[in-house]
Parts: sequence; structure tokens; C-alpha cells
Amino acid sequence: MTALPTPTGGSRREWLLTDRPQSRRQARLGQAYRTWLAFRGNWLAMLGLGIVLALIFLAIFADVIAPYHPTIGGDLRTERLLPPSWEHWMGTDGQARDILSRIIYGARLTLLVVTLVALIATPIGLLVGTVAGYFGGWVDTILMRITDIFLAFPRLILALAFVAALGPGIENAIIAIAITSWPPYARLARAETLTIRDQDYIAATRLQGAGSARIIWKHVVPLCMSSVIIRVTLDMAGIILTAAGLGFLGLGAQPPQPEWGAMIADGRRFIIDQWWVATMPGLAIFTVSLAFNLLGDGLRDVLDPKARK
Amino acid sequence: MAGVNDKVAKLEARDLDVTFRSGRDVVRAVRGTSFAVAEGESFGIVGESGSGKSTVLRAICGLAPVSGGTIKLDGRDLPNPRDAAFYRQVQMVFQDPYASLHPRHTIDGVLSEPLAIHGFDNREERIEKALTDVGLGSDFRFRFPHQLSGGQRQRVAIARALILEPSVLLLDEPTSALDASIQAEVLNLLDGLRSARGLTYVMVSHDLAVVAHMCDRLVVMQHGRQVEELTRAALQAHRAETDYTRQLLAASEGYTPA
Amino acid sequence: MSLLSVENLRVTFPTRQGPSEVVRGVTFELGRERLGIVGESGSGKSQTGRAILGLTPPPGKATADRLEFDGIDLRNASARTWRSLRGSRMSMVMQDPKYSLNPVMTIGRQLIEALRYSGGGAAKAEAMAMLEAVQIRDPERVFRAYPHELSGGMGQRAMIAMMLVTKPDLLIADEPTSALDVTVQVEVLRILDGLVRDRGMGLIFISHDLRLVSSFCDRVLVMYAGRVVEELDARDLSKAQHPYTRGLMNCLPKIDDDQRPLPVLERDAAWLE
Repeated sequence: MTALPTPTGGSRREWLLTDRPQSRRQARLGQAYRTWLAFRGNWLAMLGLGIVLALIFLAIFADVIAPYHPTIGGDLRTERLLPPSWEHWMGTDGQARDILSRIIYGARLTLLVVTLVALIATPIGLLVGTVAGYFGGWVDTILMRITDIFLAFPRLILALAFVAALGPGIENAIIAIAITSWPPYARLARAETLTIRDQDYIAATRLQGAGSARIIWKHVVPLCMSSVIIRVTLDMAGIILTAAGLGFLGLGAQPPQPEWGAMIADGRRFIIDQWWVATMPGLAIFTVSLAFNLLGDGLRDVLDPKARK
Repeated sequence: MAGVNDKVAKLEARDLDVTFRSGRDVVRAVRGTSFAVAEGESFGIVGESGSGKSTVLRAICGLAPVSGGTIKLDGRDLPNPRDAAFYRQVQMVFQDPYASLHPRHTIDGVLSEPLAIHGFDNREERIEKALTDVGLGSDFRFRFPHQLSGGQRQRVAIARALILEPSVLLLDEPTSALDASIQAEVLNLLDGLRSARGLTYVMVSHDLAVVAHMCDRLVVMQHGRQVEELTRAALQAHRAETDYTRQLLAASEGYTPA
Repeated sequence: MSLLSVENLRVTFPTRQGPSEVVRGVTFELGRERLGIVGESGSGKSQTGRAILGLTPPPGKATADRLEFDGIDLRNASARTWRSLRGSRMSMVMQDPKYSLNPVMTIGRQLIEALRYSGGGAAKAEAMAMLEAVQIRDPERVFRAYPHELSGGMGQRAMIAMMLVTKPDLLIADEPTSALDVTVQVEVLRILDGLVRDRGMGLIFISHDLRLVSSFCDRVLVMYAGRVVEELDARDLSKAQHPYTRGLMNCLPKIDDDQRPLPVLERDAAWLE
């Protein structure tokens, strides 16, 4: 293989965008850079990405950024239910805790839920969908009927049942949400696989002696991946809302954890006179859900060849 | 019928039947086709869409369900499903170079995969050589299919088929998706590779002129049946026996007013 | 007077690297004859055909110094003028009937619809007559059939019937037969041929197949990279001057002539000028 020319300064862009890459790495990076260029042109998607990155930043540096402790409140006699002010930008709640600090720490929980659900549900969905689509026949029938069973349960109710069985808590809420959110990905992956499996490039690979596992993993999954990623991103908002819903019902994160849904539930008692207690976490959920939707739409424009103009 | 009696044929099909079933529908795509191809020979199958010509190739590779008859390679029945040894002997080039290369794999990925599956050594040199042999430089190695033209893609497909050093190449309309000028280049490439490596070709096409150029002997198929077997010389002398072949011959010369 | 005159037709598409001209100054006149436009993919032959009908896909733009159909200036034609022309006086047959027939309407209804837009009268009888004219053996069945129930050749004939039922003066056929088997192809060409002879229709036949065009058309335009590099009578094709035309002809394998290797077309940058 030829030695890599070192990319320097202004020529880095040309190095990435060249039509004749000289190495595997350059080809892959160039492809990623083109995708990034296309994504960058969509300012709404960039806004979504910015908010999601800010959320990650808040979650990592919560200890440094948050002005107060998230669970230990101030003086219950003088600092309860204070309206937004310079000391407490978002006011304080019924236990004299700073709402801003709780929202900042709550970003950790939200991110934890979103990441774990994505990490559990996406591989299950991809695996079930591609295997069912690729093999067809009775494998397909069995896997898809199982998927149908999971699809037939109302999501929140099934999550409720799980939490009721396993006991309330954020971990159980995550498992419950993950278990109920993979079926749509399996359906999507199966539909994509059905169109891919009869393509000549799959037949060509089979003629080279490749086994089914290799074909599914190296040829089918990469092609299903983009539409599943788009779908997962668009579903993030729903996942956050379900987590918040479970928290609101008292079945997700347990007090005094600063979970946004539980915070709204907490503020419900004061909603008429102290509006900020429920509104501030509500705004946080709204912003992050919107950001994931914008990001998902942007990804669809870039990754999904069918939506490309 | 098989013009090679003196030795065992490289590839032989006898009374081949291929039947597709889906639900209550039964389609008999190939009905009782027999042919034998000698080692180093180039054999053609001509027919229109639905004649079953491509299905014959797919049946040889195990991509279509054989419901009757036998296929032999070097005089031995083929294992079912086909094994790794078969795929090192027989490879195929597909019709549409836009559909036969994975859109997310670089040329390098396309060519290294068969080497990895069959555990070949010297992969770097083999890939470089395969690209040079089909007239593409190593410049092309790390490009994606969408960065190549149709003719270049078909060269990559040929390189992929040849990288396992097979002795039989099945060609399924390898030039019908290409422009005439590119078709000439690809046909010349295939012709050169065959004489350089002593390959055996089975080529399928709807274009009588292309098959006549590439093949020593050919069969004409219609509605899944074999209509006629001809040599190149017979074709050039317009000695077709059946009406259907004569129709194809006339059509290949362009339009003649009624 | 000629039926269609085109002068300095240009079609431009914007790209990230700036505008790209796919048709670069095409000029020709069409009478009531069969004109062939031949070229390889990307030569601009299909875009020429589409531009004449005002069907350049956005964001492409077509401009011309003159684009006249039967005395009507098409360059700034209103949507209304186009409606009165397309379908009824000028039509187009595309390569694949699957994309041009409405999949949820029977062939018969589509034919009658086409007639109604152009103000036809006894619709059903006329539609049936047209189906018979394009050599459909069982017109009753085809009339009631949906497009997916027809074979490729039948669908293509139904589509030609659709385009011809309004008796257009100009038909643009873009690779009308390359999806068809050779034996069906001959029949479809006979139908087109008959229409030019009997009705005096003008036909623009766009194809990549030089051999077919030269044997079917009266006159041939050879396009390369958006330009007409040569215009000649079809029967004089063997006397073609331009090296591109000659190269295209020579690189086709011939049954009687066993030349190998096949001559390869060497492209010359000067042809682009």
C-alpha cells in the first residue's frame, strides 16, 4: 500500500474530497466528510445537534455548572417556592431546591435513558428484522409474530406492567421502555432487507461462498442501519416522554432523583400559584424532544437516499 | 447433441428443469435443456426475456431451484448447496453493474472479501493484480462504486469474479447495460482474459451479434425450451433451421419495412 | 413549412460546481418524417426530446433562439397553450411503460380520459379502434385491464395507443423499444412507421442503437456531449464523416464479420468544441 501523504492545513479539505483516495482510511473519512458537508447545510438540523451536544455537555459537567446541590435544598422556611430571580434562575421547588440545578443534573438521567434504550432496542430490532427478512419462510413468520405480540401492547401500559413486576426505579423503567420500543425497528429493518436480499450484489457475494451470517452482518445491516438510526433518533422524543411519563406516575426515577417527569409531577400541586415548578422541567423536556426531532429529520435528508432530492 | 465426445465436458447440463413455485403458481422457467461445454470453450445462450436463459446460469450456481435433470462440473455432480470448492471453480458476472456492486463498499472491500472468505494469502498483491488485469489502475482501489462509470463498474465486477482464479466464468448479459463503445471495450477485455487464462465461458445474451462475436457455439432458447443449437460458422452463413432463429437474425440487422 | 424548428436549444442544470450544460446549441428542422437522434448515455439526446415538450425536469432550464411547433412559439408558452398542445397535438412515448401508465386506472379509462382532454367524441369506439391499430389482438381484454396485468410488449403498445389516440402531429419516442424483445420491437416500429406514412405525423426517434435508427429513420442526428456532431441521411450512414459516428458504427460486433479485437472508440477532446 502506498504511504499516506500527510494532510496539511488547507489541503486537508482536498485530501478528504478527492476522487481517488489512496487508502481505506482516506476513503472512509472522505465519505464521512461529504455526509457532514451535506448535514451542515441544514441549519435546523444543526440547531438540533447543538442542543443535543449541549445536553451531553451539561450532563458531563453537571458538578461544575450547577450552582446548587440537586437533592439537598436550602432553608425550608425562607427558600421554598421562590420565583425565578438572580439567585435562582428558574426558582426553587417545594423542598427549597434550586430547579436549574435539578434540571442540569436531570440531563444525566435523560441521557442515560436515551442512550441505554438506543443501545438495547436498536441491536435487537436490527437483528430480528434482518434475520427475518433475509431468511424468510418460517423464520420470518415466527420472528414477526413475536414482534406483532410486542407491538400489540400499548407501550406505556406494558412499561407499567414491567415496572409493577420488577419494582419502580429508573433501571427498570429503562428496561421496560427498551423492550417495548424495538418492534418498529425490526419491522423497518425487515422491510429494507426484503428489498436488499434479492439484489445482484447479495447474489454475487453468495457466489463467492459467503455464509448467511457474513452477508447479513457485512452487507445487509450497513444498508438498514441508516434508516434505523433515523427512526431511532426520531423516536428519542417519544422515549424521553415515556420516561417522563413513568416518572410522573411515580414508577420511574424515585425521589429525590432529579428526573424531569418526576419534577413535573412534583410541581403539579403548585401549578396555579407557583407555575415555574412544573413549567421549567416541562420546557426542558420540550426542548430536548424537539432537538432530537430536528436532528432526526436532518439525518434523514443526509442518510436516506430515497428522501434525497 | 453435445459436440464434445472425445473427453469429459468441463460443464454439462442434461435435461435440466427449473421450476419456481410461489403459493399455487408454478412457473416452469427451464424445461429439458441439455448442453455440454468443453474446457476452454466459449458457449452462448441466446433468447429473449422470459426464455429462461439467465435462469440456466442461476441454476448452475445454485441460485435457482433445479427440479429435474443433472448439472456436472468436470464429470462430477454438483453438491447441493454448492460448496466453497465450487465457488473457486465457477464465478459469475451479472448484467447490471449498477446493481451488482454493494453501494457502501469500496472497490478494495469488494475485492478483498472473496480472498478473506477463502483464506487466500498475498491479498495486497492479488488485489493490485486483479485491478491491473481488467485495465483499472490502483488509483481505483479505494473508490466507491458511485464514483465509477458503468464500464468501470463492470470491470470491477469482472475483477471480483476472477480474483478467486476460477476456471469457468458465467456471463449474464455482461454488456447489455453499457453503451456500444463501452461494450466493445468490455467484450475485448473478456476475449483477452479468456485466451490468456484458458477460461471456459458460458455467456447469456439477447443480442445475437454479441454472442456470435464471443462464442464458438450457441443454443437459442424460447419459453424455457431449447430451440436450436448452432455453431458460429452456421450463424455467419445464416444457416438457421428454425423460424424463430431466423426472426432473431433478421431483427439483429435492424428494421426492415414489411 | 416545417412542423418543428429548433434553433440553438440549450438545457442547463445547476450543480454544486456551477451550471452544467447537457444540451449545447442543438439546431434542426423536422418535417413530416422520421428523424432519429442517436447518442450514448449522457449525450443529451433525451433532454433534447424533453425540452421540446417543455418537460425539462426542474431545476433544469431550457433556452433556445427559436422553438416553433407549427407556427406556435413554444419558448414562452403559457400553461394553457401547453395543455392544448401536449397530448393532443404533440406526444411522447417513453422507454418504460410502467412509469407512464397510471397503475390504478384501466387502460380503457386512461384512453378515454386522454380523448376527453383533447375534446374527442365517441370515446369508447375510438379507443378500441386505436388498440386494434397497435396490433393488440384482444382489445376488449386490454381495454378492461390494469397496466400491471399486461406484459412488457403489450404495455408498451397500450402506451403507444394512448399517445396516438389523439392523433398528434408530432410524436417524440424516447427509446420506445429498448425494453422490448427484438421480435416485438419490429412490430412496434411497424406501427410507428405506418403512422408517419398514413397520417403524415412527424416522428423524433431517440435511441442509442445506431443500427436500428439508421434502418428505420429517414434522417439521423448524431449527438455527442450535448451537441449534434453530424447530421446525415440514414442511407448515407456508411459514408459518415465524423470520427465519432464512424467509431460508434465500427465498435458494434457484426455477425458476418469476425473482427477481433473489436475496434474501440477513441474519444477526442476536440469533439467537445
